[in-house]
Amino acid sequence: MAAAGRSWGRYPVTTEKVVALSDRHASLPKSDVPVLPLGNARSYGDSCLNDGGVLLAARGLDHFIAFDPASGTLTCEAGVLFSEILDLAVPQGWFLPVTPGTRFVTVGGAIANDVHGKNHHRAGTFGHHVLAFELLRTDGTRLRCTPTENAEWFAATVGGLGLTGVVTWAAIQLRRIAGPWMSAENHRFGNLSEFFELSRASDRDYEYTVSWIDCVASGKALGRGLFSRANHAPASPDSRPAAGNRTLGVPFTPPISLINPLSLRAFNQLYYHRQRKSVVHATTHYQPFFYPLDSIANWNRIYGPRGFLQYQCVVPPEAAETAMAELVSTISAGGAGSFLAVLKQFGDKPSPGMLSFPRPGATLALDFPNGGAPTLALLDRLDAIVDGVGGAVYPAKDARMSGAHFRRYFPQWEAFSRFVDPGISSSFWRRVTE
Amino acid sequence: MQRVLIIGATSAIAEATARIYAERGSRLHLVARSADRLKTITEDLRIRGAAEIGHGSLDVNDVSAHAAVLDAAWADLGDVDVVLIAHGTLPDQKACEASVETALAEFATNATSTIALLTLISNRMQQARRGSIAVISSVAGDRGRSSNYLYGSAKAAVSAFLSGLRQRMARHGVDVITIKPGFVDTPMTREFKKGALWAKPEAIASGIVKAVDKGRSVAYLPWFWFGIMTIIRSIPEFLFKRLSL
Ligand SMILES: Cc1cc2nc3c(=O)[nH]c(=O)nc-3n(C[C@H](O)[C@H](O)[C@H](O)COP(=O)(O)OP(=O)(O)OC[C@H]3O[C@@H](n4cnc5c(N)ncnc54)[C@H](O)[C@@H]3O)c2cc1C
Ligand SMILES: NC(=O)c1ccc[n+]([C@@H]2O[C@H](COP(=O)([O-])OP(=O)(O)OC[C@H]3O[C@@H](n4cnc5c(N)ncnc54)[C@H](OP(=O)(O)O)[C@@H]3O)[C@@H](O)[C@H]2O)c1
Repeated sequence: MAAAGRSWGRYPVTTEKVVALSDRHASLPKSDVPVLPLGNARSYGDSCLNDGGVLLAARGLDHFIAFDPASGTLTCEAGVLFSEILDLAVPQGWFLPVTPGTRFVTVGGAIANDVHGKNHHRAGTFGHHVLAFELLRTDGTRLRCTPTENAEWFAATVGGLGLTGVVTWAAIQLRRIAGPWMSAENHRFGNLSEFFELSRASDRDYEYTVSWIDCVASGKALGRGLFSRANHAPASPDSRPAAGNRTLGVPFTPPISLINPLSLRAFNQLYYHRQRKSVVHATTHYQPFFYPLDSIANWNRIYGPRGFLQYQCVVPPEAAETAMAELVSTISAGGAGSFLAVLKQFGDKPSPGMLSFPRPGATLALDFPNGGAPTLALLDRLDAIVDGVGGAVYPAKDARMSGAHFRRYFPQWEAFSRFVDPGISSSFWRRVTE
Repeated sequence: MQRVLIIGATSAIAEATARIYAERGSRLHLVARSADRLKTITEDLRIRGAAEIGHGSLDVNDVSAHAAVLDAAWADLGDVDVVLIAHGTLPDQKACEASVETALAEFATNATSTIALLTLISNRMQQARRGSIAVISSVAGDRGRSSNYLYGSAKAAVSAFLSGLRQRMARHGVDVITIKPGFVDTPMTREFKKGALWAKPEAIASGIVKAVDKGRSVAYLPWFWFGIMTIIRSIPEFLFKRLSL
């Protein structure tokens, strides 16, 4: 079956043949053109696309294999979604050790991008909690990889962008919780240095921290926002608000982007002022806390048929404050700002993968409606700032960084390329290496 | 706790259905021809909450083995609340036109084997005077079309058989449910280009469980296929024969 490939950013649009995998014991289908494993296509750019090639849809590998409710170790096939793990584990007192901002990602996709969450400063990346997995190469070789067994293959595959082979199953260590509730606090901050202060003061006592910043505001309000910090709540919190249900959806793609300078300014204003007090405490269910966007199905369609571009970068600690100010003022001046800009301090834990994105410093993520050349030019300006201070850009969210930048952001790329399966390639990999 | 027997348990639609029963804590007995696939599915269903799970191995065309497999299922489950028959193939219509042997073999898999199984199952259920028998037929059985009339005629046979069986069993307190899915994205339809009319096996599965819970007679899944098939059935034959469908 030939299909128009689309990642979550709906840009770029590619053409590939999609072949579904459904049996982890079966060998991979033979192919004359390069293949690429595909998870749930929640990456934004072209790292999960393979123009002119084959996508091996691993979502069909969706069986649980073993779960020990006493120790919290879970073994499952690589196409199992985080949402399915939560449905299984939360009622039994276990939670994902690390989760991105959507629960609709697969275990294989989470490994291949070595994803991070709001607890990076405590827990590191998802790869830190992967106990073992099986890697199936296109030549039929199967390797059991753990941090100590086939360790170099483990390090290449965690964060390896699907290029080293297909992960068929993985064993992960879950984290104990008392119940599904979070006790959270939101603090309003007036500028970037207040953010860094709040972050320093919170990272020790709060397992989860993240901020939203208003990237339309400029001048004295540059970098104002809301800082959220939270811990898992004890079993019976004082109040029990209802869990968020899926009630909204964007059923079709509007002919033009609904995100424009006007709606952006209004949204950012409203969001910043949505809490009247500067600090608000609340007990919430984990779903709205971790996955606010998951309650709006297909929210990515609001950007219209041209799609959008995400941009996530990290800048090292010593340069963080100045580089962030420069990034935010460049974005604010461009006026193309973002619906949801997210700012967080990463911790110091070295990432387990050769191409893992997380590293010490501050990370900023935002999205831009695809406005063609001006948008790309703005992102190039951001790259110049990030590159100038020795930072990096996240491949999972990228559709446009230059090969030269990629190779500087990920100096291990050459050592990594020895592990790339000769039968596998991606649009992203060709773009940054050829 | 419901006791559920599934024949053709490795089918994508059947597996999605089994997951819903597992999450309810049901007791399952799964019959299929691939032992390896059954093992994978069983491990998964246990973790999802199924009570004990029994197994049977069967190629449905081995009709002489049916009785023993069903004996074992009843022995394992004690009593059966729900039976789901799900096995099937999508024959290559051109190959069926070229070979009598292929045509009859495909008919056997999709119709004769099901009729044989239902004959034994209905007698057991009639004795128990309770329970539900759900069988996956297809919208394709509503009218033969040049592109797949071998498959369509086999499903038509199953649908007609079920309609008669439903009348007979109604007197004995047993529900007989004809499931008619439209296009479903499963290994059976791997090579097809998927469009807006396509459904996921999970959606069909929840429709099956609902139809069984409510004791429906015929369930088009998703529901809009009822409308589509009403139109297709109403086209006069003199026009229909000129269409390419
Ligand atoms: C709303 C939203 C919020 C997000 N928030 C975060 C966040 O906070 N932190 C973060 O890190 N990321 C975040 N992301 C990005 C997302 O977590 C990653 O892109 C993730 O990898 C997507 O997983 P997937 O299953 O959809 O994989 P896909 O996007 O389909 O694929 C991702 C990569 O994994 C590879 N792959 C997939 N399956 C396998 C397999 N079985 N074996 C080998 N390789 C495989 C693919 O080849 C590809 O390179 C977010 C995305 C969205 C849409
Ligand atoms: N997919 C659709 O669009 C669609 C539409 C309408 C109706 N249906 C019906 O839905 C049912 C389930 O199909 P599916 O879509 O879930 O496809 P599927 O995943 O391919 O399932 C078909 C199943 O039938 C089994 N089977 C085939 N021949 C067999 C035999 N001789 N003995 C034992 N088992 C046999 C297969 O077993 P193996 O795994 O061992 O091969 C497989 O488990 C079928 O009756 C089909 O006709 C499907």
